[in-house]
Amino acid sequence: MTNLALVFPEIFLSLSIMFLLILGVFKKNSSKLIQNISLIILLVTSVITLNETLGIKETLLFNSSVVIDYLSSFMKIVTLLAAFLVLVISSNYLKNLKIFKIEYPILILSSVLGMMIMISSNDLIVFYMGLELQSLALYVLATFNRDQLKSSEAGLKYFVLSALSSGLLLYGCSLIYGFTGSTNFNIIANQLNSNEYAITFGIVFILVGLAFKISAVPFHMWAPDVYEGSPTSVTLFFTMVPKIAALTVFIRFLYVPFLNLIDQWQMILIFLSIASMLFGAIAAIGQTNLKRLIAYSSIGHVGYTLAGVATGSNDGIQSSVIYITIYILMNLGLFSCLLMMKRNNKYFEDIEDLSGLSKNHPLMSLSLLVILFSLAGIPPLAGFFAKFYIFKSVLEQSMYFLAIVGLLSTVVAAFYYLRIIKIMYFDKEKEKYDTDHSLWLKFSLMFSTLLILIYFIFPSQLIEVVSRINII
Amino acid sequence: MIEIGLGHYLTLGAVIFTIGIVGIFLNRKNIIVILMSIELILLAVNINLVSFSIYLNDLSGQVFTLFILTVAAAEAAIGLAIIVVYYRNAGTIRVEEIDNLKG
Repeated sequence: MTNLALVFPEIFLSLSIMFLLILGVFKKNSSKLIQNISLIILLVTSVITLNETLGIKETLLFNSSVVIDYLSSFMKIVTLLAAFLVLVISSNYLKNLKIFKIEYPILILSSVLGMMIMISSNDLIVFYMGLELQSLALYVLATFNRDQLKSSEAGLKYFVLSALSSGLLLYGCSLIYGFTGSTNFNIIANQLNSNEYAITFGIVFILVGLAFKISAVPFHMWAPDVYEGSPTSVTLFFTMVPKIAALTVFIRFLYVPFLNLIDQWQMILIFLSIASMLFGAIAAIGQTNLKRLIAYSSIGHVGYTLAGVATGSNDGIQSSVIYITIYILMNLGLFSCLLMMKRNNKYFEDIEDLSGLSKNHPLMSLSLLVILFSLAGIPPLAGFFAKFYIFKSVLEQSMYFLAIVGLLSTVVAAFYYLRIIKIMYFDKEKEKYDTDHSLWLKFSLMFSTLLILIYFIFPSQLIEVVSRINII
Repeated sequence: MIEIGLGHYLTLGAVIFTIGIVGIFLNRKNIIVILMSIELILLAVNINLVSFSIYLNDLSGQVFTLFILTVAAAEAAIGLAIIVVYYRNAGTIRVEEIDNLKG
């Protein structure tokens, strides 16, 4: 008998989405109401996930096509909270752009539902369905400012490349199904015959598809365009939330069915990781648009996350999870600053617009300084510890080359973060920005900055939570 | 008479898959062609899955195919909608003119 209580978060979320759709159709001008209900739904879902599933030992449901374990529950809660924060700080931005519609929170909820399904998938079919539910909602979100050329172009590009990557991923799935005889991860693990070339092909195809979704080099080309073109609040969502689910799938896909083939995928992951770290650091130097710069920086950060996955050890996985959690926190702060850069309801997103920020807005530029230092990995801020854990686990597996490249690209990346700080503190000041920000925006900036600042006082809390993740 | 076996179906799938991939990258004219190429890729996967499913005498491949067909329909619908939105803003859907975002 299936224990439905364990999938109650997903059931609750999907029922709420349908309810909200109907509510939005029948009640006129209900965008504010639906926004608030969605926020409550996200909170309630995370509380349910916390209560029902956290701490339960690994359980397989629905003919073992869904797995509930500590990793899935933790990642689901992080996803839900990140989506909550994105939704709560984006309402003012959307109102100013006159795109505050009922579809926005509903689309975010449905992509979150897709991610939750992805996170706990233990079967290729379930995994694919979750992935598509997530991507279909994200295509529409990227195009959300539909009367603007840039936004619709971003959506178009994202759609074409993402559909292509789904196609590659599916081809890999079909090969793996054909040569192992099952779509279930556990059965695949038992049936595996490492001499079969087709399985290696299948793994490569699926890794290419996943690398597209997580925007790792060399499959990153959509990221800068899409990040620049989409509305800023959607870019915030893109940089934070889908990465969590994609990382979880990376971990589960590589470590459950294909742990025995580690020799064959480890090199691929090391390559993805090194290429992303270097490219993210070097390509960001010449950028003038902040959102584009953030896209390159996020490519770099994905590289560090994948370095942890490439180690093939439990420590590596745990440090990747810590890295992505801290990365989300830093991005939240960065985008809160970006959403504060407006004058007369017009938003600015170039690096030049930050010039002399410290004279007019000392508090905001101080928090931006903290966040940028943390992104660059300067001690004692949270970003330093995130990188430190990754390098520690990489070195424990004696992968020195990966560690050296990682350290070098940290140095290069520090350059463009410090350049922003220089522009902020030493360049000529411009006009003041508006200060009528919503309470939530101020709160999220303060929240992320404070957490980044004081992380070094109690690093053991997060480590303790994450150290219960046990995949191998 | 040659016996048509799994290998032939897989080759057909691989050929259609390659046509789809090449179609996306070589096409410089129209974005609708890209949409068709994506559809071809998904169909190639379906051929693969169905032939594997018959060969293995296992139904889950055919179930997977049905899911893929459904998702492909949804994807095509959203893709066409995005193309319409883009056309309204830019007045063109020629691939080489989609270059407002770069840097």
